[in-house]
Amino acid sequence: MDKIASPRLLQIDNVTKTFPGVKALLSVNLEVRRGSVHALLGENGAGKSTLVKIVGGGYLPDPGGSMTFDGAPYAPSSPYDAIIAGVRVVHQELNLLPYLSVAENIFLDSLPRRGPFVDYRKLYSETGLLLSRVGLDLNPASPVELLSVAQMQLVEIAKAISTSCKLLILDEPTASLSSRDAERLFGIVRALRDQGLTTIYISHHLKEIYEIADCLSILRNGEMVTTRPVSGTSIPQIVSAMVGRQLDSEYPVGKTPASRETIMEVRNLRFDGNKYPVSFSLKKGEILGIAGLIGSKRTETVRAIFGADRKKSGEVFIGGKKVDIRSPADAVEAGLSLLTEDRKGQGLVLDMTLANNVTLAAPDKVSRAGVIDMKAERLSARRLSAELDIKTPSVDQLVRNLSGGNQQKVVLAKWLFKDANILIFDEPTRGIDVGAKYEIYLLLWTLLEKGKGILIVSSDLNELMGICHRILVFSDGKITADLERGDFDQERILSYAYQNYID
Amino acid sequence: MQGKNIQSRKWLHLLLNEAGIGLIFVVLCGLFAAFVPNFASLNNISNIFTQISINTVISTGMTFVILLGGIDLSVGSVLSLCTILAGMTITNKALPFPFALVGAVGASILCGMICGFFNGFVAEKWKVHSFVVTLGMLNIARGAALQISGSRTIFSFPAAFNAFGTMAVGGVPVIFVMAVTGVSLGHFVLKKTVFGRMIYAIGNNEEAVRLCGHNTRKYKISAFVLCGACVGVAAVMYMLRLNIASPILGAGFELSAIAAVVIGGTSMSGGKGSLVGTLIGAAIIGVLNNGLLLIGMKDFARQMVTGLIIVAAVVLDTYRVRLSRLFS
Repeated sequence: MDKIASPRLLQIDNVTKTFPGVKALLSVNLEVRRGSVHALLGENGAGKSTLVKIVGGGYLPDPGGSMTFDGAPYAPSSPYDAIIAGVRVVHQELNLLPYLSVAENIFLDSLPRRGPFVDYRKLYSETGLLLSRVGLDLNPASPVELLSVAQMQLVEIAKAISTSCKLLILDEPTASLSSRDAERLFGIVRALRDQGLTTIYISHHLKEIYEIADCLSILRNGEMVTTRPVSGTSIPQIVSAMVGRQLDSEYPVGKTPASRETIMEVRNLRFDGNKYPVSFSLKKGEILGIAGLIGSKRTETVRAIFGADRKKSGEVFIGGKKVDIRSPADAVEAGLSLLTEDRKGQGLVLDMTLANNVTLAAPDKVSRAGVIDMKAERLSARRLSAELDIKTPSVDQLVRNLSGGNQQKVVLAKWLFKDANILIFDEPTRGIDVGAKYEIYLLLWTLLEKGKGILIVSSDLNELMGICHRILVFSDGKITADLERGDFDQERILSYAYQNYID
Repeated sequence: MQGKNIQSRKWLHLLLNEAGIGLIFVVLCGLFAAFVPNFASLNNISNIFTQISINTVISTGMTFVILLGGIDLSVGSVLSLCTILAGMTITNKALPFPFALVGAVGASILCGMICGFFNGFVAEKWKVHSFVVTLGMLNIARGAALQISGSRTIFSFPAAFNAFGTMAVGGVPVIFVMAVTGVSLGHFVLKKTVFGRMIYAIGNNEEAVRLCGHNTRKYKISAFVLCGACVGVAAVMYMLRLNIASPILGAGFELSAIAAVVIGGTSMSGGKGSLVGTLIGAAIIGVLNNGLLLIGMKDFARQMVTGLIIVAAVVLDTYRVRLSRLFS
């Protein structure tokens, strides 16, 4: 078969990827036409990143499937293989070295040389050519740290097309760009397409898809739902194709309704990087969920409330009283607690014992005149371990040695020991097995009976629908919906989550 | 079964963490005692006690700072500045002896604490690494000491003061008693108090402690102040031992202190270590210096051997960490 005439650049047949306990991709088929911009869509956790990593050589697929690229069988076992074949991935987190120049970054793995020395004249002239292809007017010698995020993004693209790149994969390239910079990026993607480059484009912004993509494919729950031309496909059609994830575990639906008493109110919260003020309230005995796409400023919002990051303006009322929260210390004082997304990095002291971690937020409770009563500390830790059913041989065990689910329970125990009234969870069940998840849901409900208020950020829509009284939907930093339990509906929530990305 | 397992692991941990370095110390002492005639004499042992006392007290303060992942390079210069201020106070003829004594001790400790506060405050407020701030303080304190003293050494302290310095309690020199008291107090603070717990926790994971609602800055600055206070005490001990106050003394003390802490198994990146280790670390350096001198080794060679031992201790430490990972 004539290579050039083939309309297909990449063909994926029957590719499956299993992680322990999870099927991330299920016999996925995909065809990407040469010279097209192909959009890849799907809800959080639908399998987009997994698919990209398989194409980019980051993951090996399960045996059974196959790929062809540029007319030849394609099975990259490392990102290097993929680059050699002509596949370049530009990730959302940029991988540039800040103190090196633009030119050095672009040609890092193939610096032109003259003898043992770098041929800077050649390096700069070649860089200049590449920069003009991506529409950047920059001095090739200027260090990357001085560039804007948009410029860095374009430098990444220049780097990607510096070698013979046939397929460019852009993962959420506009997530941190202004709309003007995004427009510029689209122009460049179109120009590169006209030069014959094929692009796979991942984005939450459905509007962008209509601007630059020719085809779109939708993943749902690890399965490829549809591949179709962009023209003739409406946004509601896209959204309804994305929903429909199966319930993968049961949720212990609580019997107790939330009280009417407001325990926390947030008014007009503003923080850097968000254009919209955030206002909402949380009731006593209520689980309030925050849904939204990854990157919709959910984590940033709860961190700003908690004082972990600086906020620009806005007020927080706890139990009707205004509190001035400038640091986590102020927040804890006011009865708040934050269980962060990153347990190991921000929630636990891994090389300390379970007992030490449990008392970390309130060591004064087991000490007199600043001296810790180790016996009382162990007793408290044992009581909470039993209450939360933490599986550990002893409370003197280092937290490092516990499983993910048990570690999460230790974080929870820490805040129960502190007796926080408002618990803010950021992705409480990420990376935890199904059994432990269920136990954590049960725990949440027992906490409600004690009159606490719970705020949960989760990327798992089913989880939120299963356990929350109410769900706020975030869309690019704006609350687009406040839904009561009776109104929960996947399709509805998802269209709210996309709302602010469309118009 | 489980319980027994934990128990044996605990012992193994203890062996690897504290006793490992203790074993090296015992072997070292045994070798010197066997092959160097005068090493094990009461007189010499008492000498070693005296020689390691000052470094032990400085290292105690240094341990707190290093446990937080910081470092204090200014201890030697600050010690010299402390002796100048204390020396000027105690030789002030206008003050009756008891007042002069209390004033001198107070001035020394206060001076150390102020310098420590400066180090900690600047490092925390502007997020400058303590290496740089304390490098600056090293020069500031040295310059201040020279300026205030007119670059002159102060001596002729009151006789009672000098006499106290040479006293011994049951054969143990009084300044060693002071050093051991200091280490014990520090050990108690680290292992039993909320303050000590926070030092370890911050050294391990500062962000987690901050998100628990603790003011981590306050603890970090306090560690530098505490280190400064230790230097102030060490300055008084120096005056008791050598009966002089001088603007040029103390050069290189920071390196001996850091060496003691590191040989003692405290991790330079913070979070791990103990004062028991530091005490043994200081003792190893002292025994080495003393023993090698008795053998007749020249100054330069002695320095080389001491240096090699420091490197060897740190290399051994990496194996220790790997071993204890393996068994935990």
